[in-house]
Amino acid sequence: MKFLSALLLTALLAFATGLYGLLPWWSFAFTSFIVAMAIHQKAGKAFLAGFTGLFLLWSVLAFLIDNANEHILATKVANILPLGGSYWVLILLTGLIGGLVSGLAALTGSYLRQSPKS
Amino acid sequence: MRIVPFLISAIGTAGLIVVLNTQLPVGGSKTPRLGYFLSPQQGFWQNAEPVNASYNGNIKLAGLKGKVDVYMDERLVPHIYAENDVDAYYTQGYLHAKYRLWQMEFQTHVAAGRLSEIVGPDRIDTDKFFRRMGMVYAAEKTMKEASKNKDIKAAIEAYAEGVNDYIRKLAPEQIPFEYKLLDYKPETWTPEKTYLFLMFMSYDLTARGVTNDLKMTNARNYFGYEDFDQLYTNLQDSLDPIVPKGTVYAPAAIAVTAPASVDSLYYGKTNNGGTAAAPLGPDKNNGSNNWAVSGSKTASGRPILANDPHLGLNLPSLWYEVQITTPTHSTYGASFPGSPAVIIGFNDSIAWGVTNAGRDVIDYYDMKFKDSTLEQYWYNGVWNKADVKEEVIKVKGKPDVIDHVAYTAFGPVMYDVTYKNESTKGKYLALKWTAHEGGQGLQTFYDLNRAKNFDDYLNAIHKWSCPGQNFVFASKTGDIAIKQQGAFVARWNRQGDFIMPGEDNQYMWQGIIPNSENPMMKNPERGFVSSANQKSTDDRYPYYLGAASDFPVYRGVVINKKLAAMNNVTAADIQQMQTDNYNVFAEMARPALLKFINESSLSAEEKKYIGILKNWNLRNDIGEQGATVFRAIWDSLETAIWKDEFDRSPLPLPWPDEPILLDIMLRDSVYYFADNANTPDKTETLQDAVIIAIQKATKTCSELEKKGELAWGKFKDTRINHLLKIDPLSRLHLPIGGGVHIINATTKTHGPSWRMIVHMTDDIEAYGVYPGGQSGNPGSKYYDNFVDTWAAGKYYRILFLTKEAAEKSTQMKWHLKFTNS
Repeated sequence: MKFLSALLLTALLAFATGLYGLLPWWSFAFTSFIVAMAIHQKAGKAFLAGFTGLFLLWSVLAFLIDNANEHILATKVANILPLGGSYWVLILLTGLIGGLVSGLAALTGSYLRQSPKS
Repeated sequence: MRIVPFLISAIGTAGLIVVLNTQLPVGGSKTPRLGYFLSPQQGFWQNAEPVNASYNGNIKLAGLKGKVDVYMDERLVPHIYAENDVDAYYTQGYLHAKYRLWQMEFQTHVAAGRLSEIVGPDRIDTDKFFRRMGMVYAAEKTMKEASKNKDIKAAIEAYAEGVNDYIRKLAPEQIPFEYKLLDYKPETWTPEKTYLFLMFMSYDLTARGVTNDLKMTNARNYFGYEDFDQLYTNLQDSLDPIVPKGTVYAPAAIAVTAPASVDSLYYGKTNNGGTAAAPLGPDKNNGSNNWAVSGSKTASGRPILANDPHLGLNLPSLWYEVQITTPTHSTYGASFPGSPAVIIGFNDSIAWGVTNAGRDVIDYYDMKFKDSTLEQYWYNGVWNKADVKEEVIKVKGKPDVIDHVAYTAFGPVMYDVTYKNESTKGKYLALKWTAHEGGQGLQTFYDLNRAKNFDDYLNAIHKWSCPGQNFVFASKTGDIAIKQQGAFVARWNRQGDFIMPGEDNQYMWQGIIPNSENPMMKNPERGFVSSANQKSTDDRYPYYLGAASDFPVYRGVVINKKLAAMNNVTAADIQQMQTDNYNVFAEMARPALLKFINESSLSAEEKKYIGILKNWNLRNDIGEQGATVFRAIWDSLETAIWKDEFDRSPLPLPWPDEPILLDIMLRDSVYYFADNANTPDKTETLQDAVIIAIQKATKTCSELEKKGELAWGKFKDTRINHLLKIDPLSRLHLPIGGGVHIINATTKTHGPSWRMIVHMTDDIEAYGVYPGGQSGNPGSKYYDNFVDTWAAGKYYRILFLTKEAAEKSTQMKWHLKFTNS
């Protein structure tokens, strides 16, 4: 239950910070960090909740945009980067990048709350 | 708190963010900031437009005087209906920005020498090149002069306001894709940028001389003037000029005389040492076709006008289609993102089009400076003070680069001790260019948009100075006309083909030819007018037009031949003609080649390819192998004839043009250049050169055939590059025929950038297509949706509607309402 609420809250707050185009793209690192402090879990779980929250948020958003766009831009970008022109790989990479930053931020938050013994 | 793991993971998080927030060097370029670029709420994903997006909307623009309605048709062409002219240009600026903002800014950055600012130190030389040409200086000067006309000033300012209103409303996540890729932001648009863009067109269409004059000077020095004049002859036997041969002209209003020292100082009886080629120069193939057929030759009895400007093909396209309707005029055509009004198009009374005049309006003068501070130069017997302008070039990620450019009585010093090629040997070369003289800028097009008849057309084009154009015209009332118009230098023979002495005013331009003497033709007996960048007149014209290499011959020949033979012409006939792939050069050159071939001495493989050449239908259609074989043999022949001699020059020389070699072949003369200079014990003849060419071409062709690329379309491999030359954003391997010397002048990266046909019936029947799409966004389905239609030689029927008709039309898909409150 803790895991799921951490995950959802992470995604929700990241989405909210993303609505303000003037904030840097990595602002969610703070919200993920705070969520991991507020909903305390062990390091591994905290990382996973932080990672999954952003992985799902970013890859689902990318997937929806890409679908409506019929893969026009994603295919081009997946050739520039280069990912062999696969929009699927690009969507997963998007999720992975967001997930890693968020997961590490959550891990940091979890360590801040954790006492050495627990 | 677990302090050690906390610190490690905190540092790890921060480190990862820093890496993902930095442009990392990969190969020669840099990645975008990956975290930002991939962020679905901020990065490139935001530029992926839903394919079923609606373009309806209500937009408030505070600066509007009245209300503007824009109907977008299914091709995303806006039809602007405004209550006054200024509002129309305001809206045009807004729409250009909405669909083409990145391109508008990028192109003007190129013209202003500001590329290093966005892409880094690689482009410093390019930036210096444009600044040293005086592009900004000229744009400012033109703006000052053109702004004296209140209407032009108001139009360009309203346009800029429209662009800026769009930029101000632009959410950070909505900035165009390329800004995100290169990681920078749009800046404010200014009226000066419109003039910078027009300067870029002047450069593209008139500045071949910046490389050519240097190479021609090298050639004159290398061969000596007498041989030079034979080799690079200005005679063009096949020429069919714009104004027919035999036309009688009044004596020159400006009596030009060559200076007394011309033999020794200029034609080069004294060798003044070499120079090298400039690093850049516009494409040699920049040209165009236009023609108008009078009612006497059409099925309807009304004129038909056609135009296809040949330019470098890019995405986003140079052109943007638009209809502008106000109480003063209703006009449709291709506009330049970056400039208000329509550039090539028609209104409800007339149609117009342009091709490049190709006249030489740019020259070098060899200057003497006191020292490398560039402060004083020797002119007319005294030391004169030069105006030294400081150019500050900002460089992305590096300190600014400061460059100094001296301005003389002739113009800016392009080459000096700090900016040179390996063999300029400390020369100071000042550039004189009509584009530096100011001018009325956009006035001609502003007036053409509103022209009602021939007199309006003539008044409008007489305000045009640079780049010189052949303006073709047709009206509903039945007039057709063509006039070569611009500020053309009154030259003596070969003046300006080479670097000129600049120590006094003897070699200075002696005047600009009055408009009344510029070549013109109205309603000729033959029932058509045309131009295809050939010389505008024969040698009876009382001024020197420029070196023959500036004027391609063959497209003009085939266009005039076809038009002369046509009757009962329809718009469909003109479509077919505009996309025609017949190769009139090959028609002349093939027999000249074949007569040198002794078939019995050929190998089986050589015979096979000669067979293909013989059976070729002389069309450069995509499937024709003969077109490739012909090109391979001809290119090999040019190499066999010229390369050995020309490689001996330490400095780059221009190879003589194709008509010159063809003429040599036709005359079958014993030719000095046919002898391979690298085989001193043997004297090769033209026949030997042809045999060598066939052997080489056979090798090339058989390799092509193995790869399945012998068909012309595969061999030519036309592509439309994104402005940043990024392949995934470009369109590659397009199935389209045509080529150099062909009406469908599509080469690998160059060709008809806008095809337009206008039939002047009561309800105008017009067709158009360009290789691109209305949206500049690579994430839009409207980015390149015209490309396949264009490649197939097809057209769109243009919708040219009154506001009432547009409101009711089912072909108008979206409605944008602009108000000021």
